[in-house]
Amino acid sequence: MPNPDHGPSLQQQRARSAFWFLAPMLIALFCVAAWPLLRTIWFSFTDTTLSNLYGGKWIGFDNYLSIRTLESGRVIYRGTLVDPAWWNAVWNTVRFSVLSVTIETVLGLMVALVLNAEFKGRGLVRAAILIPWAIPTIVSAKMWAWMLNDQFGILNDIMLRLGLITEKIAWTASTETAMTAVLIVDVWKTTPFMALLCLAGLQMIPRDIYEAARVDGIHPVKVFFKVTLPLVRPALMVAVIFRMLDALRIFDLIYVLTPNSAATKTMSIISRENLIDFDKFAYGSAQSTLLFAIIAIFVSLYIWLGKVDLSGGGK
Amino acid sequence: MNAMSVLKTISFYLLVLVIVVFAVFPFYYAILTSFETGTALFEVNYLPQSFDWSNYATVLNGRNFPRNVLNSVFIASTTVIFALFLAVTASYALARVRFRGRGLLLMTILAVSMFPQIAVLAGLFELIRFLGIFNTPWAMILSYVIFTLPFTVWVLTTFMRDLPVEIEEAAIVDGATPWIIITKVFLPLMWPALVTTGLLAFIGAWNEFLFALTFTSSETTRTVPVAIALLSGASQYETPWGTIMAASVIVTVPLILLVLFFQRKIVAGLTAGGVKG
Repeated sequence: MPNPDHGPSLQQQRARSAFWFLAPMLIALFCVAAWPLLRTIWFSFTDTTLSNLYGGKWIGFDNYLSIRTLESGRVIYRGTLVDPAWWNAVWNTVRFSVLSVTIETVLGLMVALVLNAEFKGRGLVRAAILIPWAIPTIVSAKMWAWMLNDQFGILNDIMLRLGLITEKIAWTASTETAMTAVLIVDVWKTTPFMALLCLAGLQMIPRDIYEAARVDGIHPVKVFFKVTLPLVRPALMVAVIFRMLDALRIFDLIYVLTPNSAATKTMSIISRENLIDFDKFAYGSAQSTLLFAIIAIFVSLYIWLGKVDLSGGGK
Repeated sequence: MNAMSVLKTISFYLLVLVIVVFAVFPFYYAILTSFETGTALFEVNYLPQSFDWSNYATVLNGRNFPRNVLNSVFIASTTVIFALFLAVTASYALARVRFRGRGLLLMTILAVSMFPQIAVLAGLFELIRFLGIFNTPWAMILSYVIFTLPFTVWVLTTFMRDLPVEIEEAAIVDGATPWIIITKVFLPLMWPALVTTGLLAFIGAWNEFLFALTFTSSETTRTVPVAIALLSGASQYETPWGTIMAASVIVTVPLILLVLFFQRKIVAGLTAGGVKG
């Protein structure tokens, strides 16, 4: 402390002003994040409808699961947890997230290794890979929808010319290829982001390590697995969780690219459908609450099992 | 040995070429398509064949698209100003003042940025209806706080923490209040960080879709992504690819120029928000 006589009071004054500086941000975050989340959870236990937001009655867990035994002895199960459409969405989301993040991590690391090498025009390449990242998701979805068009799309044309396929594929319309189409676009759009994060991790590795490895005549592949990979692992783990969280809540790409395909409906898509389009506001709230719970559990497990340090020296 | 190294160099540049083509080609093809009309649109061309500006004329003379662009500009800029204003003071407190629960608070803020947006959709919908701002730009400005504010606070906090203690001590000795310290000492030093975070927040708000789709109900209040997503042709079965591509190019070119111009700053900001946080 520069002024020992007034040390404590200065500290107190700073702590007090810190409170006032934090208050507006905390109030704002409470209003747009905490309160709406609590309301969503509340709605999920009521029978609220879109047209009558305040008329909902408390119905307990019925939106999740309700078991009723009829007089005839037949048991009727209702609710999201026995809804095949919901489980289809869960499966689609998980499949999409695991596949897209895996492909993006591998490709991103490859691109990062290329960009980490010294070569002419490196700046230009780095600028080029920023382009997919800068393009709005909706625009990239539309661009690719056109390129993947079954009759006039350029991708079918290229593949026909190369002899990879014998007849045109209805990429976005057919159930077998809809998920592939979504994956192609997502990989195109987010690999650059992954590559930049990996590159930042790679650049923190001191170059002398590679020098030493080369002098000792160690094979580059071995260097990659024994030196590079363990050293970029912390950066990679953080990048993967950020991408995973994005992938688990994916909405806009699928909404535009394959709007009605059951093969690509994710949890976010199906929740919004129920919330807004199908006038099952409370049912949709239950589904979005479940999505929130799944993501929260996943993050906790990931941080706990992976021992990820997200704070970056925040203490 | 020499032939080996030549082969190595060639295959390396081949790989670089593949990366660049894969990254750039879709946008190149969108530009190409935006200049095509009529039957030319339905022939696959790899090189530019025609330069027909009529798609651009259709988009810009359309009733709503210019209005949608203005909506997006207004919403994204207001969101950025709002987020930066709240984040500067908050990040000063988080980075420079010691108090109990600071680490926990930072983790909470980070957690908010990981929220699935669908989880707050129902609650926000109610709030927006209650405030009477449904179908106005304010609905988006309010809801975009959820992803711009945590991000700006996080990045600015990391930035402020790295500034030396001495600059602040001199001001404290002179008896400056915390508010004076922020505005007179830190703000002038923070311009680079403010530009980066502001830009990233702007891009995020410009591209947002779910909230903009849900909280608008008429064509004139839509933002650009919603307008493009819902752009339809003369009939339901005819997708106006030419005009969609023209509209896409119009809203993407400024963004790409910004990103290329501020390339280094953006990469630094992304990695600060990503690797460190």
